[in-house]
Amino acid sequence: MSLKQRSVLPGFGVTMGCTLSYLSLLVLIPLTALFLKSATMGWDEFWATVTDSAAMDAYKLSFGASLAAATINAFFGLIVAWTLVRYSFVGKKFVDAVVDLPFAMPTAVSGIALAQLYSTEGWVGRWLAPYGVEITYSRWGVMVALTFIGLPFVVRTLQPALEDLDMEVEEAAASLGATRWQTMRRVILPTILPALLTGFALAFARALGEYGSVIFISSRWEKVIPMLIFTKLEQYEFADAAAIAVVTLLASFVVLLFINLTQWWSRRYAATG
Amino acid sequence: MQSHVTRSLGFPVLLVIVSLAWFAGCSSQVEKKAGDGSEKKALTILNVSYDPTRELYKDYNQVFASRWEKETGQKVSVTQSHAGSGKQARNVIAGLEADVVTLALANDIDAIVKKSDGLIAKDWQKRLPHNSAPYTSTIIFLVRKGNPKGIKDWGDLLKQDVEIVTPDPATSGGACWNYLAAWGFALKRELGDLAKLHDPKQADAVAKAQKKAFEFVKDMYRHVKVLDSGARDATLTFVKKRRGDVLLAWENEAIFSINDMQKGEYEIVVPSISIRAEPSVAVVDKIVDKHGTRKVAEAYLKYLYSPEGQKLAAKHYYRPRDVKGIPAESMKNFATVELFNIDDVFGGWANAYREHFGKGGFYEKMSKAKR
Repeated sequence: MSLKQRSVLPGFGVTMGCTLSYLSLLVLIPLTALFLKSATMGWDEFWATVTDSAAMDAYKLSFGASLAAATINAFFGLIVAWTLVRYSFVGKKFVDAVVDLPFAMPTAVSGIALAQLYSTEGWVGRWLAPYGVEITYSRWGVMVALTFIGLPFVVRTLQPALEDLDMEVEEAAASLGATRWQTMRRVILPTILPALLTGFALAFARALGEYGSVIFISSRWEKVIPMLIFTKLEQYEFADAAAIAVVTLLASFVVLLFINLTQWWSRRYAATG
Repeated sequence: MQSHVTRSLGFPVLLVIVSLAWFAGCSSQVEKKAGDGSEKKALTILNVSYDPTRELYKDYNQVFASRWEKETGQKVSVTQSHAGSGKQARNVIAGLEADVVTLALANDIDAIVKKSDGLIAKDWQKRLPHNSAPYTSTIIFLVRKGNPKGIKDWGDLLKQDVEIVTPDPATSGGACWNYLAAWGFALKRELGDLAKLHDPKQADAVAKAQKKAFEFVKDMYRHVKVLDSGARDATLTFVKKRRGDVLLAWENEAIFSINDMQKGEYEIVVPSISIRAEPSVAVVDKIVDKHGTRKVAEAYLKYLYSPEGQKLAAKHYYRPRDVKGIPAESMKNFATVELFNIDDVFGGWANAYREHFGKGGFYEKMSKAKR
């Protein structure tokens, strides 16, 4: 007997073959090449490169700013999604479309726009300058750029989850004497938590790889990982660039795995609890 | 069953094919355009250069083409490509088929020699006079109108509230010249005479001066708030975004922006001493042999040294190697300034690169100490 399961739809072999070759060509083979390139350096050299102080600074900035941006997006994205799903108002379709803009806009354009807006002479930045807060050309600017590009991920993953929420459950909670806050915290949040975590993970992963907008808003003294990799390439240090990329890949894999585990756990919690 | 599957898949498959065909169509149009030129059987060579030479080579290509036709009866058209110098070097390594390269610094051509499989012969710098640099330039300051911060010389750059605009030496060739010019100034200030660098009796004083120079350049970079990746970006930051008090600039770029672009908004400040920046040129051996363009490519570079070539260089604000016959009107753009050579002060580009900009070099050390 073959392991193949009989299905009403034909073609497990074909679709699986397609999946594997597609993924190999686009993802697995390039990644393997990356690992092989970094393997051309000895272990000592590899370790020295990836723990170099410039590299450490870049990890800190990239992971720090990406996590902060994803957290901000999780919070405000939830509010945006809630507003869009629960209320109807004039211009709702418009607001809904605006959410997608960061997906479509060339990141260089958004980077330049944000850099101008948040510079000490910009429309927003000039109100912060008197308090000594400088956004453009500082690490806060990096965070703003990463927040911008991550926003749609949270909103778009939350919307279907919020739409699926059964209003009757909330009514039941209210009629059993739950306050609004209790309903929110014990009924609604656990149900949408998996979607929220997915959105968070997507926004985080997207922020980690962002280059196009960050180069315009950062001072370049502080480099995010993609900028550091780019600088290494410019100096013909290809193996160094590959090594840093490998470490970043592994680190983000661990973070994403952790988020997925939390999500899996929260889904089980939501199902049983 | 089979036919049903095929039929229902028909539309999506058609859509994929149509979109791919449309995409392919976009690119083949470009190729066709490029093909039109070669059909006339004219000789075509590609000059891969860096940003500010655009105007110079636009003029020069015409002059050269008419001269070549007069001499050989052969029509030649020269295509230009411009971007940051280091980026162009990487493009050539990656397979851009340049017949000649005219880059901002010898190190970028050395990089092509080292990182490619013999695209350019090792002895390229000896094949043409003056280290294969037919024209030179130097590094000077561009300040805002009226020079509000009173910047006169390199030392003034370290005044408390001065913000400097200069790109990252890790990614920009022009920035390396800026860095080395500042270093040379500091050495001269400490030693009084740069000739002491080669006097073995002065070794102690030289070592001390080198340390001081390191501190000076390190302090200078503390005044750089925004580190652009290339010379063009830095100019934009200074001119368009109006950031900073002083731009460390190529002399040719600075005169160009004062004379031809932004009259009256900026002033040029010439420091007491600066570096002789030597933009280098070379024939790309492997490519000219493949294209059969060696003769014309070599003549193209050689003609840069002729009186006409030198005159054009001067007209576009590059300092000519041979000032004979250059109109006074062009020469008056060049201020008298003490210039030192990279060979004398830093022992050549290869050495300067390894000591200053390479892995573990002085620049890396000072950027780590920065924050």
